[in-house]
Amino acid sequence: MTRVSTLIIRAPGTNCDAETAYAFEQAGSTVESALLAELVSLKDPLANHQIMVIPGGFTYGDDISAGKILANELRLKLGEELHRFVGEGKLILGICNGLQVLVKAGVLPACPDITRQSLTIAPNDSARFECRWVHLHVNEATPCIFTRGITDMYLPVAHGEGKVFAATGVAENLNAVLYYTDQNRGRSPGYPHNPNGSLADIAGICDNSGRIFALMPHPERFVRWTQHPRWTREPPRDHGDGLRIFVNAVEWAKAL
Amino acid sequence: MYRIEVSVKSDLRDARGEALKDDIRDLGIAAPDRVGVNDVYLLEGALDEGEAERICRELLADPVIEEYSYAGAAEAAPRGVHVIEVAYNSGVMDPVEESIKKGILDLGISTVESVRTAKTYLLWGALSDEDIRSICDKLLVNPVIQHVVTGREAISTRAVKYEFALRRVDLLGADDDALMEVSKDGLWLNLEEMRAIREHFSSLGRNPTDVELEILAQTWSEHCVHKTFKSKIRLGGITVDNLFRSTIMRVTEELNKPWCLSVFQDNSGVIDFDGDHAVCFKVETHNHPSALEPYGGAATGIGGVIRDVLGTGLGARPIMNTDVFCFGPPDFPYEGLPEGVLHPRRVFRGVRAGVADYANRLGIPTLNGAVLFDERYVGNPLVFCGTVGLIPTALAQIGQQEPGDLVVLVGGRTGRDGIHGVTFASAELTRESEDVSASSVQIGNPIMEKKLTDALLKARDLGLYRRVTDCGGGGLSSAVGEMARETGTRIHLERVPLKYSGLSYREIWLSESQERMILAARPGTVKQLIELFRNEDVEATVIGEFTGDQRLQLFYEASQVADLDMRFLHGGLPQVERKAIWQPPQFPEPDFPQPFDLREDLLRILGSWNVCSKEWVIRQYDHEVQGGSVLKPLVGAHADGPGDAAIIRPTLGSDRGVIVSNGINPKYGDIDPYWMAASAIDEALRQIVAVGGSLRRVALLDNFCWGNPDKPDRLGGLVRAAQACYDIALGYETPFISGKDSLYNEYETEHESICIPPTLLISALSVMPDVNKAISMDCKQEGDLIYIVGTTWNELGGSHYYGIHGYIGNNVPRVNPGKGKQLMDALSTATEAGLARACHDCSEGGIGVAAAEMAFAGELGIEIHLRQVPLGEEISRDDIVLFSESNTRFLVEVAPQDSAAFEESLTGVDFAVIGRVTAKQSLVVYGLAGSPVLSSSLAELKEAWQKPLRW
Repeated sequence: MTRVSTLIIRAPGTNCDAETAYAFEQAGSTVESALLAELVSLKDPLANHQIMVIPGGFTYGDDISAGKILANELRLKLGEELHRFVGEGKLILGICNGLQVLVKAGVLPACPDITRQSLTIAPNDSARFECRWVHLHVNEATPCIFTRGITDMYLPVAHGEGKVFAATGVAENLNAVLYYTDQNRGRSPGYPHNPNGSLADIAGICDNSGRIFALMPHPERFVRWTQHPRWTREPPRDHGDGLRIFVNAVEWAKAL
Repeated sequence: MYRIEVSVKSDLRDARGEALKDDIRDLGIAAPDRVGVNDVYLLEGALDEGEAERICRELLADPVIEEYSYAGAAEAAPRGVHVIEVAYNSGVMDPVEESIKKGILDLGISTVESVRTAKTYLLWGALSDEDIRSICDKLLVNPVIQHVVTGREAISTRAVKYEFALRRVDLLGADDDALMEVSKDGLWLNLEEMRAIREHFSSLGRNPTDVELEILAQTWSEHCVHKTFKSKIRLGGITVDNLFRSTIMRVTEELNKPWCLSVFQDNSGVIDFDGDHAVCFKVETHNHPSALEPYGGAATGIGGVIRDVLGTGLGARPIMNTDVFCFGPPDFPYEGLPEGVLHPRRVFRGVRAGVADYANRLGIPTLNGAVLFDERYVGNPLVFCGTVGLIPTALAQIGQQEPGDLVVLVGGRTGRDGIHGVTFASAELTRESEDVSASSVQIGNPIMEKKLTDALLKARDLGLYRRVTDCGGGGLSSAVGEMARETGTRIHLERVPLKYSGLSYREIWLSESQERMILAARPGTVKQLIELFRNEDVEATVIGEFTGDQRLQLFYEASQVADLDMRFLHGGLPQVERKAIWQPPQFPEPDFPQPFDLREDLLRILGSWNVCSKEWVIRQYDHEVQGGSVLKPLVGAHADGPGDAAIIRPTLGSDRGVIVSNGINPKYGDIDPYWMAASAIDEALRQIVAVGGSLRRVALLDNFCWGNPDKPDRLGGLVRAAQACYDIALGYETPFISGKDSLYNEYETEHESICIPPTLLISALSVMPDVNKAISMDCKQEGDLIYIVGTTWNELGGSHYYGIHGYIGNNVPRVNPGKGKQLMDALSTATEAGLARACHDCSEGGIGVAAAEMAFAGELGIEIHLRQVPLGEEISRDDIVLFSESNTRFLVEVAPQDSAAFEESLTGVDFAVIGRVTAKQSLVVYGLAGSPVLSSSLAELKEAWQKPLRW
């Protein structure tokens, strides 16, 4: 099929849905957006979509911890549908709050038993919310569908809880997709390049199939050149670095 | 009851604890060895241990980084640890209660009835009782909303049943003294107003009910009706009848711009954006609540102004915020604080966090702002919050209900929050303010406001209501009373959904609980409306109907509790007459020789609180959400230079943009509020032109924060400032579209009344046809020319340069709007033609600061020759030329090949090439005699500028 439909899942406090929809539309997908509470009352709510997104925001105020309440809601109320969706080879993207939700729901790194959750997204080491642009390098060995053909990106982060953290032994086995680097692609760049103290400078992860991907930075906030913080002093480019993520997803989904 | 305590696992870093440790070190107390911050949840209900365990494991504690314990009460503290538990006072809304309850219900557990939260702070190390007390007072506890838990506490107040009893107040038999006794009980009306009320009720032959009096006090309060600005003021030989009409509003009427779509009548001012859409803008203050509880006060401030935008026309979508704060200096000595006043550093941190947490959660980018410091703001800080909205032009006008339409209350529930907020705003702060106003302080619930926003805009697009307004100061009384002015209304107060039982009819009507709005809906659409809101998890309740009898009638169950004639309510307020005086102050003329080298002076100005980098604040606001930011608050090679105005693209697929800027400089007001106001307008407009905008479509907002207008000297300054608003805005052809005043900003101590510096914030909103033409202020290319556009005068009165030498002076910067408009028009012709590579306006610190900022933001050197600077009068000193703060001046970077065309477009305007961009990492200034008077490395300049607020 060639028509791709993306479903944006909202909850009270979701606030990046409009720009995420814009990015998917630019990439050629149609977009629907619905509250999770609405979806659970429908039969097969995910059936007509090839891509599912949990966008950025502060769902339920990020009360208790970021994304926690929506994570439980997703796990307990939409868990089966989600498994079926993944089983059908479809794509899931989580951005910022979406990463927090997918990890705390056990969808990433793929943990069927929530009581054994081994990875989390913790408060930033600085204990504060920060909005800044970061340099990212894509892991060459990643199976991730979304980052195909991308080697480096420059994207904004804006979060207070973005530190990827796992117990010893878990980190090595993660499918790290993106690493924070310095402006010269240098690894282990330290703060503020790694804005939150993430383990091994990890900024995004995926599952083994590469079809479930989530990241702290916001690719949807850099699809047009004039969103770049230095566009007034650098030679213009056709698109922002983030657009490719959405194009890759839509291209892949066309084959579904 | 279960008491659950969640802590970071002991072998992991506790980020909140570390941050608190730093704050304790800042207090000058020997820091504890280790600090921990734990979350405490108190759950009440018939839940069993298995359920409690599951709630901990699956909801409250993170399995990777946290551990939990639960028990009936607090456990004994381990040895050697000071444990401080801090909880909200009863009656204060716990902001996370609602979402925790939802999370527990999602687990399938329905036995939990109430939830409260608290925090415990664990301090390891040798700390004296004095240290602990100091940490509690200065960092952990604000007694207005919190207390230290000492024993076991009940978490839910038992349901109190309200017994209805109608209260009347005896006015008919009251003499003047008795009238004023009644007024002092929270009404804050003056004798003449009280007499007018007595006359009115005498003619009716009955006494008013308590709520009727409160409605009158609220409607007639300074906050709601702006009686000072509408008063008759005698100043010298002239009488100004209605200051607002004869200045601010008059300029808008005279300019009569067709693109002004709705001015001064709605909750915000509206101008045309692109024909199909309009943009609206409102700036509000929330000063007194922020003084008492900085976090909650500031959060509800931004929450309120966002609802102003939602309540404009038939509802606008908020697209950006701007915040301007005025605080006491962060290094103010603790021992100098008046009793009952929070330290400026704490006010600053609390206000910043309150606004950021609210705006970030709503997903509205904060793109513009300013932070200013002055000792006179110590007892009375100023918190200005502004929001810009986007609305379809067809929906931009105030709606109109018809008799028979229903009054629908949407949003959060009503509690005892903020009763008397607006009348409180009309009084001076004193040491007792804390007690009087405990209920005036509230904590916001941003997620409720987000849900309300989403639901409201959906309902708007479906045409499910005819009119909307927000519940802000004055609560239902103000919102419904104002909306039903032309029709009349009957309201049934018992239908209002309450947070808890026990509220009287009076409390329900006056409560200022946040996140509520009022809609007027046709009976035929109301069912669909309520359904839509329910889908978005927001309550919508019909609480009455609009009538055609022009009466405000309130009922509680079967009893009528108020029956007021709208004509008296809105037309019965006697016009105030006030006396004003204006005596220009004379400050000592500075008398010091020009320093041999100006490097040290420039570094001191860059490092002064007002000029220094505000990156610490800016980074904690999301300025990228919604994806529309084109020029962000921080610009340059490392995105850390101080941008001028902000530019945002409200529709991602379009190239049309909105420019927002602000102008404020209270230091000039000490010399003459007229030139302060003029300079603020000039500054706001300069910033728009500096980023590539033009004056073609610029609308202004005014926010006056002043002292007590009953004092003739304060009022005299206010009149002068308002007159400047008229003169300068007329000259620049930039109409005012909305504004607000906050008076009585004084702090009363035992000895004196400390008045804030008269402060006028001018905010400007402009439409930019093509955002691709935007220019940032950072230097771009070695070898480019540096132009100055504009004339430099000996105008250092109120300047930073005089300030660091201990003087105020008298030569305050003036504005010539005729010449200024010609200059700005010419410069925008040049920028629109792409002839400017960088542009920065000269403001605080003059040419010196502007050049330094352009250089270090662009990581390129600048060389400047003061000899070339066009002067308006003879000036023989280098320091005056370098640091004068004359208005309407810009530094512009132009490529050599564009210089001829650039100069041609500036025909008729004062300008000159004064230097060039160099590859050296330094700023070098040559004096009037041609020899260097300043040379400083960019690293040194930037460090001086960044260091003060690197918190």
